[in-house]
Parts: sequence; C-alpha cells; structure tokens
Amino acid sequence: MDSDLIVQILFAAVKTGTPLLFIALGEVICEKSGVLNLGQEGMMLMGAVVGFLAAYGTGSAGLGVLAAMLMGCVMSLIFAVLVLHLGANQVATGLALTIFGTGLSAFIGSGVVGQTIQGFQPIAVPLLSDIPFIGKILFSHDILVYSSFVMTFVLMFVVNKTRIGLTLKAVGENPHAANAIGIKVLRVRYLAVMFGGVMAGISGAYMSLVYTPMWVENMTAGRGWIALALVVFASWRVGRIMLGAYLFGLASIMHLVLQGLGWSISPNLLAMLPYVATVVVMVIISADKFKEKLLAPRALGKPFDPRQMA
Amino acid sequence: MKKHNLVSRLELVNLTKQYPGCLANDNISITLMPGEIHALLGENGAGKSTLVKTIYGVVAPDKGDIIWDGKEVDIKSPSIARDLGIGMVFQHFSLFETLTVSQNIELCLSKTQLNKIGDLAKKITQLSEEYGLNVNPSRYVHSLSIGERQRVEIMRCLVQSVKLLILDEPTSVLTPQEVAGLFGVLRTLSKEGCSILFISHKLHEVTEICHKATILRGGKVVDTCVPNEETPASIAKMMVGDLAEQDAGYAKREGNERVFHVENLSLPAKQPFGTSLKNINFELKSGEILGIAGVAGNGQDELMAIISGEDERNVKHSLSLDNLDIGHLHAGERRKLGMAYVPEERLGRGAVPDMSLTENTLLTHSDGFLKNGLVEWQNVKEYTSALIAKYKVKCHGEFSEAKSLSGGNLQKFIMGREIGQNPKVLICAHPTWGVDVGAALAIHQALLELRDQGAAILLVSEDIDELFLLADRMAAVCDGYLSPVVRTEATNIDQIGQWMAGTFINNTSNRTQEAKA
Repeated sequence: MDSDLIVQILFAAVKTGTPLLFIALGEVICEKSGVLNLGQEGMMLMGAVVGFLAAYGTGSAGLGVLAAMLMGCVMSLIFAVLVLHLGANQVATGLALTIFGTGLSAFIGSGVVGQTIQGFQPIAVPLLSDIPFIGKILFSHDILVYSSFVMTFVLMFVVNKTRIGLTLKAVGENPHAANAIGIKVLRVRYLAVMFGGVMAGISGAYMSLVYTPMWVENMTAGRGWIALALVVFASWRVGRIMLGAYLFGLASIMHLVLQGLGWSISPNLLAMLPYVATVVVMVIISADKFKEKLLAPRALGKPFDPRQMA
Repeated sequence: MKKHNLVSRLELVNLTKQYPGCLANDNISITLMPGEIHALLGENGAGKSTLVKTIYGVVAPDKGDIIWDGKEVDIKSPSIARDLGIGMVFQHFSLFETLTVSQNIELCLSKTQLNKIGDLAKKITQLSEEYGLNVNPSRYVHSLSIGERQRVEIMRCLVQSVKLLILDEPTSVLTPQEVAGLFGVLRTLSKEGCSILFISHKLHEVTEICHKATILRGGKVVDTCVPNEETPASIAKMMVGDLAEQDAGYAKREGNERVFHVENLSLPAKQPFGTSLKNINFELKSGEILGIAGVAGNGQDELMAIISGEDERNVKHSLSLDNLDIGHLHAGERRKLGMAYVPEERLGRGAVPDMSLTENTLLTHSDGFLKNGLVEWQNVKEYTSALIAKYKVKCHGEFSEAKSLSGGNLQKFIMGREIGQNPKVLICAHPTWGVDVGAALAIHQALLELRDQGAAILLVSEDIDELFLLADRMAAVCDGYLSPVVRTEATNIDQIGQWMAGTFINNTSNRTQEAKA
C-alpha cells in the first residue's frame, strides 16, 4: 500500500467521521447534564432534509446549515418540553422523536429526492495544508470540518476548565444537590438538550450538503445511534469523542478500501463493520462495571422535578 | 455568649407554609441572636425541615416575614440566602462525588465572592487549619468518609464568611469522636458571633451544646427552653406532648440455641470504594439481639447485602440457618426459610417509592396472599390497614404511595411488615435513623417483643446509645473486620468506640489501623 492511498483513506476517515463528531459532541453535553436523548437519529434526519431544502431553495449552503441548526433545535425543544417540563420517560420520548423525525423527514423531502445541489467546496488552509501527510488529511476539507475541530477544542475547554462545565457536571451528577445550592437545574438541562439538537442539525446538514450533496430518505443510516455508542466509547470525555469519531469513520469506509485492494469479501458484510464495531465497543466498555460507574453521569436518564424536594 | 448586641441576627415572624393536605408551618416566630446556638426540636413531620428550607430560600413561605440583621428580607433563592451570609449543611449531603472538594466549594460561590477570595485552594487550607477541619481541597469527594464530607459542607459555608449556619441532623452519621470535633468547631464559630441553628434528634447533644431551643409540634411552636436547665427526658416530653418512656433500660436476655451463623466470610468489594469483608464469624441465637456498631462505610452495607441475599455471590458454606447452608440461595428463598430484612435505605430498597403501601406489603409477603396463583387483594388491603393502625403509621391510607410518607413513618411501616412475617431471623439496619422519639420507641418495643417471642435479631446501627439500649450482645465493624462479640453488660461505650476505630484489628490480624485513623 503506497503512502498516497493511506493519505486518501485517512482523509476519507476524517470526512466520514465528521457528522459523527458533531452529533456525538451534542449528545455528550446533553448526557453530562443527565438527559439521555435517544432522538438523535430523528433530529439528524430532520436537520438533513430541512438543510437540503433550504439550500436547494436559496442556493446557499450556508443558509442550509443555519436552517438545519434551527430545525434540530426545534426538535430538541419538543423533547425537552416533554421530558423536562412534563417529566415524560426519557427513553420512550427519545425513541418516539426518532420515529417521528424519520417519518416526517421522508414526507417533507419526498419532492426533492434525487435532486443535487452545490454543497460546500473544500478550502485548503494556507500553510497548514502544505504539511506533508497531516496537511492533506486534516487541512484540505470544507468549512464544516474545520468548525468541528474548533467546536471540539472549545467544548474541551468549556467542560474541563470553566464554571459552566462544572455546573453541567454538577447537574448531571446530583440534580437535587445542585438545586439546593441554587443552580437552576431545568434551565441547564434545557440548554444542554437544545445544544444537542443544534449539533444534530449541523450533523444532518453535513450529510445532505457535503458528504453526499443530495437528499435520500433515511440517509443518515443509523449515525444517530452510532453517536450514542460513541459517547459511551469515549466515556463521556470530549477529547476522546473526536478520536472515536474518526475511528468509526475509518471503520465505515473500510469496505471501500478493501474492495479497492481486491479482497473478495461481500461488500454487504464489510458495510456492517461500523455497526459491529459499535457492538464490540459497547460490550468491552460495559464489561468494566467499576469504571463505567465512575465515568457515567450519575443522574443520567433520571427525571428531576424541583417541586418534589424531599 | 454576650447579650449586649441588641440587634437580632434573624427573626422569623409568623411564618406559615401550607402544603396540600398538611400545614407544615403554622405562624412560627423565632428569634436568633448573634453567636447563639439554637436547637430546633420536634418529631418527624413537625415542620423543622420546611422551616429551615424557608430560611435558606429553597421553600417560599405563604405568609410571614423574615428579618435579617434588623432589616426585612425576601429570600427567594439559596443564592440570595448565601449572599446574606446564611449557610446550610444538609442532612443528606449535597456534594458532588465526582468533583474535587475545591470544585464543590467553587460551585457555591458567586463570581464576586471568588474574585475576593483569589486562590480558593489556599483559602480552604487556611480555614481548615484555623478551625481544625482537616479538609484537603484537591481530593475527590467520593474518596472521603462521611465525617469528612460533612466537614466539606461546613467548609463550604465558612468560605462564604457565614453569619448563620444551619445544620440538619449533623451528628446522626458521626462517631462519638467526630461529634466532639464538630462541637468544637461550632463553639469556636459561636464565639466569633456566628449564629447556629441546629436540628437534632439526640437530646443529650442539645443539652450539651445549645443555648436555646424551640420545640415544634404539628407545625406550631409549642415551647421554648434553655436546654442546659432541662434534662433530655423533660425536653423529650415537650416534643412528644405526653410522657414518652426514655431510656427505660430494657431487660437483657440470654439467647437460646443457635439459629443462624456466619463462618469465615471473606468477600472482595463489589462497588468502587466499597469495603471488602475480611473473615467474619459470628452466631445468632434465638431470643437475642446482636448489635453491630460501626461508622458508616466500614462494611455494614456489604455484610447486610450478603446476608440478605441481595449480593448474589455464592458463599454457600459461610451462611447457615438452622445448620443448613443458605449462602447459595437467593433473597426470596432465604425469606421463605424465615429470614426478614429491613435495609438501611427505606425508599428504593425497603419499599418501592411509586407503589402503594398495599403493594409494598405484598412484595415481601407474597406466599401468604396467594390463592390458586392469584393475589387476594382484599386480604392484602385489610392486612395493610391493620399494620398501619398497629404501628400508628401516619398516611392517608393503605393506598398511599410509599414515597409520600415521611422517613419515620415509612420505617414504622417497613418494620411492621417484616415483623409481621414472624421471622426466625430479622436483619435490621439503622432501624430508627431519622425517626422521631415516639416512633423510635414504638420500633424498639416491636423489636424487643419479637425477640421475646424467640426470634434472632441482627441489629446494625450507628447509634451507639440505641445499641446499648437494645442489644444483648455487641460487636463492632471496622474496615471489613468484625470485632469480638461481647455481652452488652460486659462492655462499655469506650471499648466499643475504640473497636469502631479498629483497635481490635491488630490482635486479629497483622493489618495496621493507620488507614482508618
């Protein structure tokens, strides 16, 4: 295998991993606040279709992303009101959101199936893209990939170094205690869920505007679910999510690579790789109960009702 | 305490708070002077918690005024309370286990407070030395003992230059030595002019440290007194309303034949920060109460879990009932053989919070109420109402959800339910923790009655007084080791206190006790 091919594979891994990175970053913030949103796939699909429609209508990919962010936010608000305000079960509500998003996105996108648009163009970062290997792999992408880099580092800083991060952890760890010291638990959770929605929207827009600039029903192909596994894989640490996203990205393109190398394995089997990897990772992680308990936000999935203070 | 400072620190005027179905606070008026240590006394449900939560801004009162340093204030939230200089140490600690001490404290401070302090870790270390709190700012809270956590909570208040410190049952989780340390800190604070509002169920502590006491009953102030002019018995009388038998000194019994024993039980910890059990041996005779003392987190939870069958690891030959190995049976099978269990955690383990009392009764009684495989609901209901009446459980009825009951009432219900099965062996953890004087008395009598009927009772408690009162034989646990078992008459509080600190470990094994010191 020559070095050019390796560069190409890694370039593609970053590109494929980017939507996973966006959505998993959103979910990790959401989960850190103690809310488990299984509606990722639905929010992502809605982001994808609305982003595509907006870009198709206006001709501007930038407006497409904006519309997708808004749509993701609206979807997450539906979830937030049900779960936080009305105290609905988080798992059931999340699943419902995914089913709702899948159906609605297919419905409103039915008119534009198969249409194509001009998505974002790659921009080579001056100087950085001239670095051998790294430059090609990391710095000759489009604007959304670069924003995902920036986003990762900003979130790493916010979560680990600031008061906001501390508050977020406190709410996800022990909402009753947080409430007692005067943190507005529900407000923090609303914001975290909405952030997750916005990120899912961007992730969907990346799929329909950059990755394959078109709309096809159910085009996210389970990435919302992989993102949930990714958060566990990264043990709720932002930095590791980036690493995990690219690893999963690599797994997703392996079937193309191996076919290119002339291996005669059924492409269908190879296309399963990212999903198999997800299952394997989940099994390995949950085998270590000791560690899992310490890392997971303690109040994850548990509703909090400020009126019910013991 | 000097009285020439005429402006009161805090004055509550006619505070009233109505909850659906219950008047929690009814026209309560209390005055606190600077430097005063004021006890707030009352049975569970008397309205103490609601009152302090009102002062701390967690609960909004329906009526009444709060006057702080001579000015009327409206405390809408805990952060306003903290800005005024009110600090609170909660009964169930409000700390975040995965954060460090310093991060925990930072969360409670406003930006301006933080800027004023500058280096928070340094400030914590300095205050820690000043008050002898021994708090290390960089440690993670999950690695701290209960006593240390409480000191972190107090530190959290000190950092904010607190003028009124509210403590909700601060001593219920401490060793006698830790209690002495805490009282030292409180006295220093009081001398510096900090007022302290102290909720406790332990009356001898109130008489020891408090300058004044207010007694609540049914949401009303029924009496005030100067505790060091009263005796625990006279204060208890004011709380309960009628004369409760205090420290009656129940008769001790010799057990009969052995019904249950634990042999060479060693078990590694299952949870992170759990305690491993190390070669535990003891036997339980019918008609006796064996009390096990110890500071929380020294293996009691693990021991209870393995004996009850909640911890499902197979220890077949280590546990036996009537000379039959039971260590491999699951919890339900053990219950069928005549074991009953009252866990420490009432909601969630002793009872299912969202289920009614009737359903909760059925959970541990299933065999008795089945006919052709179907539940006889009418019988369960009748049985439950009888239980509620017999143990004077305050609730709306047998249909009430377990979570709607106060801690003490739920405990009475659970005790009644377990005792009602006429168990051969009853395992019972902290039966009266947080329970008021009247309810505790009822629970004690129920336990003694069960013993006199020939049951064997294993009683784990952190309340040494209670163990001395009830147990026929006693032992202590420390770091997963069990001390020798002695007859209660043959020991004293000093010896048990030392065993709780681990002095027996050197004799029984080559481990040093430094780890626990």
